[in-house]
Amino acid sequence: MSDAAISEPNSTLVEDWSADKQAYHVPWGKAMMWIFLVSDTFIFTSFLTGYLHVRLSTTEPWPLQSEIFALSFGGDPIPLILIAIMTFILITSSGTMALAVNFGYRRDKQKTFWFMAATAAFGASFVGMQVFEWSKLILEEGVRPWGNPFGASQFGSVFFMITGFHGLHVTAGVIYLLTVAFKVKKGHYDKKGYEIVEIAGLYWHFVDLVWVFIFAFFYLL
Amino acid sequence: MAYVPLADQDSEMEMHHPHSWVTKYVWSQDHKVIAIQYGGIAIAVGVVALVLSLLMRMQLGFPETFDLIDPSSYYQSVTMHGMIMVVYMLTALLLGGFGNYLIPLMCGARDMVFPFLNMLSVWVYALSVIILLSSFFVGGGPTGAGWTLYPPQTALAGTPGHDAGIVLMLLSLAVFVVAFTMGGLNYVTTVLQYRCRGLTMMRLPLTVWGIFTATVLGLFAFPALLVSAIMMLFDLLLGTSFFMPAVIESGTPLDHNGGSPILFQHLFWFFGHPEVYIVALPAFGLVSDVLSTHARKNIFGYRMMVWAIIAIGGLSFVVWAHHMYVSGMHPYFGFFFATTTLIIAVPTALKVYNWVLTLWEGNIRLNAPMYFAIGFIFTFIHGGLTGLFLGNVVIDLPLSDTYFVVAHFHMVMGVSPVLVIFAALYHWFPKVSGRMFHEGMAKAHFWITFLGTYAIYLPMHYLGFLGVPRRYYAMGSTDFIPESAQDLNAAITIAALVVGAAQILFFVNIFWSLRNGKKSGPNPWGSASLEWQTPDTPPKHGNWGDELPTVYRWPYDYSVPGAKEDFIPQNVPDGDEPAADEQHFDLDHGVSKAGA
Repeated sequence: MSDAAISEPNSTLVEDWSADKQAYHVPWGKAMMWIFLVSDTFIFTSFLTGYLHVRLSTTEPWPLQSEIFALSFGGDPIPLILIAIMTFILITSSGTMALAVNFGYRRDKQKTFWFMAATAAFGASFVGMQVFEWSKLILEEGVRPWGNPFGASQFGSVFFMITGFHGLHVTAGVIYLLTVAFKVKKGHYDKKGYEIVEIAGLYWHFVDLVWVFIFAFFYLL
Repeated sequence: MAYVPLADQDSEMEMHHPHSWVTKYVWSQDHKVIAIQYGGIAIAVGVVALVLSLLMRMQLGFPETFDLIDPSSYYQSVTMHGMIMVVYMLTALLLGGFGNYLIPLMCGARDMVFPFLNMLSVWVYALSVIILLSSFFVGGGPTGAGWTLYPPQTALAGTPGHDAGIVLMLLSLAVFVVAFTMGGLNYVTTVLQYRCRGLTMMRLPLTVWGIFTATVLGLFAFPALLVSAIMMLFDLLLGTSFFMPAVIESGTPLDHNGGSPILFQHLFWFFGHPEVYIVALPAFGLVSDVLSTHARKNIFGYRMMVWAIIAIGGLSFVVWAHHMYVSGMHPYFGFFFATTTLIIAVPTALKVYNWVLTLWEGNIRLNAPMYFAIGFIFTFIHGGLTGLFLGNVVIDLPLSDTYFVVAHFHMVMGVSPVLVIFAALYHWFPKVSGRMFHEGMAKAHFWITFLGTYAIYLPMHYLGFLGVPRRYYAMGSTDFIPESAQDLNAAITIAALVVGAAQILFFVNIFWSLRNGKKSGPNPWGSASLEWQTPDTPPKHGNWGDELPTVYRWPYDYSVPGAKEDFIPQNVPDGDEPAADEQHFDLDHGVSKAGA
């Protein structure tokens, strides 16, 4: 191994890009995950821009989200309560994911596994609540992709498309996390190193971040 | 924590050496086999698109003579020709074909970073092609909405293929985006993270820079296409109204309202304009290397060339609405997009000057790849200049949707990249096959293609000025178009048929040369870049034998004063080139010494 290959944690951007062999001191998988996430950002940006555009272009009034997404527990309906809980759960899962990454680098396989499993469980409960939200809207409120009783038909179209696409990301993330978690438990990464936990974590944090934007633009705006 | 780069732990690169014919040629994880698979599928589907264009030309040149084509199949041919050529042929061939073959070899790598993903990429691409071509066999046939697929026209009953054809087209595009993403992530990561010792970014051949930047563009632009495809599929299959306004069709209102057709145009061109540069930038890179090698001169202004590629790539994301001047968007937007569009001419012109200056006082070897490369400079200047016309709003408005536009984009992003592709196919054929092609046949191929190109597209500019609208199945009799326009159309058609037939020369040449070509040796052109320095020709799986190469210089050390030969390969150390007093300085080394 040549001297130039020893990584320089404090090197500057220009030094990194002027170096031979590699531009970033990260494993291939991590570099690829970052690039993928930037690409995926463009997908969600296109979805959200498209949503904002049709919301302006549609001829009928946009429904009031705070009333549609309200739940009542015995008393008065609380606006957006389910979405608030879902958001809280997803952000909590980012915390457990960060702990899993930390324990991964400490090579504490048991704790890494359990924190990843907890993250996946939070993710699964998020998807579960989404299923509840969807079924309530479809079965009780009569919201369909092509129309709804509250106003502009695009409301339902956008809702199912964007939350559906995000829900697919969460579901894929849960499967990904569980796959990695069980491989961690078996000691599959003892030789290769535990960057894979961080790579999975990058994806998971990204999915959470996207949800924050969906929450802000679709539910609050 | 200290991280040890994987490129140094050579044994960590998991090589899946093939064990059977199937794993070697079908489910191969070798980037070179994958490149040939990508290229083969792309060229095959490109031939389909070529035949479609000839059908269209026969109708336009000799209307009411052939029964082959009716108005519906004419529109279907227009649509499929455009979409296949732009996405499934050019993008796949330049990035999937040349990118796969050249990136690892030029980076001194053993393969792409994730060979399995790479293999998935090519087979998912094959799936997208199958879905696309299957639309020829469904009821109603393929969509005839034009390659831009503008709603609401795509979904209306008057458009051929408005039911199954358009759904298959959108599905195929979505699958293509998935395939491209899997390949593209590999190309970008390989260039960034898997270069050999001594190979800095600024020592990469321009080919790699072009493909790298184009792939980054693709990763950012294809999402918009994916999203618009998904939204339109929802409109078609679920009855949503993303793009569909209230439409009354034959007296009956459709079940749509409030959608925005303009939104589709924005999403489509946010993909569509970078797509032009996804095709052009790899071509820029490839032609730079071909020109430099055969002019026996370093590329002029290497750093400027790299920055021009990056600048063009960046600018390509802020010009998309110049395709939409007539869409009814706000005129101030037109002002903005005209400005950015014309700014792109600066780095592009810079590249053209640098190509010409590379030739200037070079020791030019006029062999077939060089013919095509120089031909590209002509067609590209030509197409680029008409781009300046169309970039201006006031000139674009009357010329929009005339044959002037057809002539412009065929010159600049049809013929130009295709000429580069032929230059590159001939240039790298000896490395891929170990044999030389037939020079005479290749030159005949060039002259017919190049002159034929002008015979086809120069008159189209004139037709455009006359106001002949594009995408029309037949003109009928109009007041403003003189009858002589029909004679021009007939001449164009004859030229197109000749050029189309001449492409057979290329295939005959390739297949004949694979068996009967002269052995080329490892480096017939005396090229300095890394892919010609492999221990085996064609390179074996793993590319570099036991040890990865080390790079000591940039890839353009041609005709270095004092050097023994007129090129110094990238992997020759600085002190090792023979001293000046050991050799006589031969100004007229017209024959490749490495060709023996």
